[in-house]
Amino acid sequence: MTNPTTITAPDGLPYIDIERDFDAPADAVYRAHSDSELVKQWLGPRGYVMDIETYDVRTGGRYRYIHRTPDGVEFAFRGSFHSVTENAQIVQTFEFEGYPGVVSIETLDLEDLGDGRSRARVHAVYPTIEARDGMIASGMEGGLTEGYEQLDELLAL
Amino acid sequence: MHDDPADPATDDRLDAAFTALADPVRRRIVARLSRGPATVNELAEPFAITKQAVSKHIQVLEHAGLVTRTRDAQRRPVHLAPAALEALTAWIDTYRLIHEQRFRSLDDVLKRTTKEKES
Repeated sequence: MTNPTTITAPDGLPYIDIERDFDAPADAVYRAHSDSELVKQWLGPRGYVMDIETYDVRTGGRYRYIHRTPDGVEFAFRGSFHSVTENAQIVQTFEFEGYPGVVSIETLDLEDLGDGRSRARVHAVYPTIEARDGMIASGMEGGLTEGYEQLDELLAL
Repeated sequence: MHDDPADPATDDRLDAAFTALADPVRRRIVARLSRGPATVNELAEPFAITKQAVSKHIQVLEHAGLVTRTRDAQRRPVHLAPAALEALTAWIDTYRLIHEQRFRSLDDVLKRTTKEKES
């Protein structure tokens, strides 16, 4: 049984909220978010190569990574880690280099639920609603084709 | 997403929008236009393709009702149609699928790392 993902993009406010539970404690989820070798294994869309140039998860650290599609198209993302609290919170900026100058701030909160389970909540704030919608459209290009394939599969049911 | 999914007109419109937006160049054009109108020249600039090719992409977007062009003498700037943002909102579904896939990969990573710890 897969844990459900809740994503909310409210009307009239430039936010995206994501909530997801994991069958692992908060420290393990934190490690999967902060160890670049682990990040590489899940952050990129399936079938794409994810190159991490730098991923320095500490207050004041920075990151840059590139998703490469099978036909060699690259999508780069970068930002800095504003504040990091081990096993509990990561606040970072996020910018898709194909849409430069539009920077969102993403807060990840991790909370232990007991029984080896935990909850992750992501709150992303965009400069404008248009930027949010544009970022949804362009900032996830790496995963879009696959998203469509999955959407097709769902619609075929 | 207040559209009635049973309404065939809504369906056709979304189909056209999704087909038009299935191309990465056209998505970038729409993303650029969400920041304000632009001429074909301005839109062609970031791409290593001809102005003619960009014009073709704009035509596809125009037919899908995502952009409009004003008859403003030579400039003819391209505008994002109000319906486009509505279509983009429907993208949240795709966005959700991407996150779903990402979190399932994260589940796999967590399964492996917590097992390593136990052993």
